[in-house]
Amino acid sequence: MNIPENLKYTSDHEWLKLLDNDEALIGITDFAQNSLGDITFVEIPESGDSFDTGATFGVVESVKAASDLYMPVDAEVLEGNAALEDAPELVNQSAFETGWIVKIKLLNPEQLNGLLDAAGYAEIAKD
Amino acid sequence: MSELRTTPLTAFAIANGGRMVDFAGWNMPVQFESIVEEHKATRSAAGLFDVSHMGEARVEGLEATRFLDHVLTNDISGMSIGQALYSLMCYENGGVVDDLLVYKLGEESYLLCLNAANTEKDLEWLNTKRSGFDVSVANVSDSYALLALQGPKAFPILESIAPGALDGLKYYHFREGELAGAQCIVSRTGYTGEPGVEIFVSPEPAESLAKTLVAAGTDLGLRLAGLGSRDSLRLEAGYSLYGHEISETITPVQANLMWTVKLGKASDFIGKAALAEEKAAGPKKRIVFFKTGNRRIVRSGTLVLTGDREAGVVVSGTFSPELNEAIGSAWVDSDAANAQLSVDMRGKELQLFSTKPPFITLNPQSNHTTSGPSNST
Repeated sequence: MNIPENLKYTSDHEWLKLLDNDEALIGITDFAQNSLGDITFVEIPESGDSFDTGATFGVVESVKAASDLYMPVDAEVLEGNAALEDAPELVNQSAFETGWIVKIKLLNPEQLNGLLDAAGYAEIAKD
Repeated sequence: MSELRTTPLTAFAIANGGRMVDFAGWNMPVQFESIVEEHKATRSAAGLFDVSHMGEARVEGLEATRFLDHVLTNDISGMSIGQALYSLMCYENGGVVDDLLVYKLGEESYLLCLNAANTEKDLEWLNTKRSGFDVSVANVSDSYALLALQGPKAFPILESIAPGALDGLKYYHFREGELAGAQCIVSRTGYTGEPGVEIFVSPEPAESLAKTLVAAGTDLGLRLAGLGSRDSLRLEAGYSLYGHEISETITPVQANLMWTVKLGKASDFIGKAALAEEKAAGPKKRIVFFKTGNRRIVRSGTLVLTGDREAGVVVSGTFSPELNEAIGSAWVDSDAANAQLSVDMRGKELQLFSTKPPFITLNPQSNHTTSGPSNST
């Protein structure tokens, strides 16, 4: 199971990678993409949209199922990953890198402390 | 939860990384590595599917032909030994009990291949209806494993392990013979729109046969394939699936399957009057197939709209790897069948574009236009 040490996680199988200036990338974990199977569509919010922690901000659809995306922290969307429009399979191929879903601005950076670290997430991401 | 049933190839699927799901009470692989990749491999090379969950019934007796012509919609008396035929089995009201393949083994001896989820119901139905006929109906499902080898490389792969096995074997015909040391029924049928065979074999040598086929086919691009790609392949090919395009309530008139219903055959059959009447009056509802121009899958159960009015419901929806867009089918009011249809996808209107199936150009060797598909689950 691939769970990078440098990321934060949620129990909804999303990851968050902190960048500079309270910005962050968000995506779904390798465990999540593997459970969903072939991803055919990712619905991405508009830049400028704001979401509270736990709010649904998009959808990942695979051949088998549709799965909501939940915002891990209070956030404003800076941009979506435009590459996913034509190549949603990037989420399958590279869940933690080129398959990122949105770039956000953290509205309450201290919320990061409430997220899981790699070891904590590894407890959840078990078959 | 009750114990899932296993096929002679369940252990083989698990050992090869199959992702197992409960399908109609059977522990079946929905995929191995990827539904999309297994789909593409079957279109470009070959896919090997375990469909042993499907049921088999043996129908024999002095009046087997007359009995089957009574319970089935297609023309059984016109079959020759060694021929396979797609047929429906209907209720009096025209609803469908099951769709199935009939194999004529001998003059008054037939094998029926049934949907897994319907096998018990079908056997009960056949046994109820056989009174007055000199015929026996036996559930022989446990006597067979069933492998589907499908794709443009299916014949070369089979020929490489059994030279001559397909010589002179026409589409929708079968023969009994030996493959990898095992007695088999090799049938030129399938549910993918590709050339291919379905192979009935007794349970014991099934895994060994599967291994032999994999060994022979891997260099040609063969992949193990699960039920996920089986569904997307059949939908691209425009084939009906019981419980979706046909059901107890969706009749063959509505599903454009009247080519399997021989209203003019010599014998009366169950459902004939209702189907003749519905055909003459015109069905109130119809199955339409659609494209979306969008990658978003419109899933079974989604309401279909025309303008602000409810027009019906989506009955199948998947992603077409060949078209790179979502496709599906819907059961809609006939007066809306040619209107602009749409669905509401979480607040966004998505248009459905009616399309005459198949969605893809089928390989000519599958001869789709002259005969029907194999049955399904």
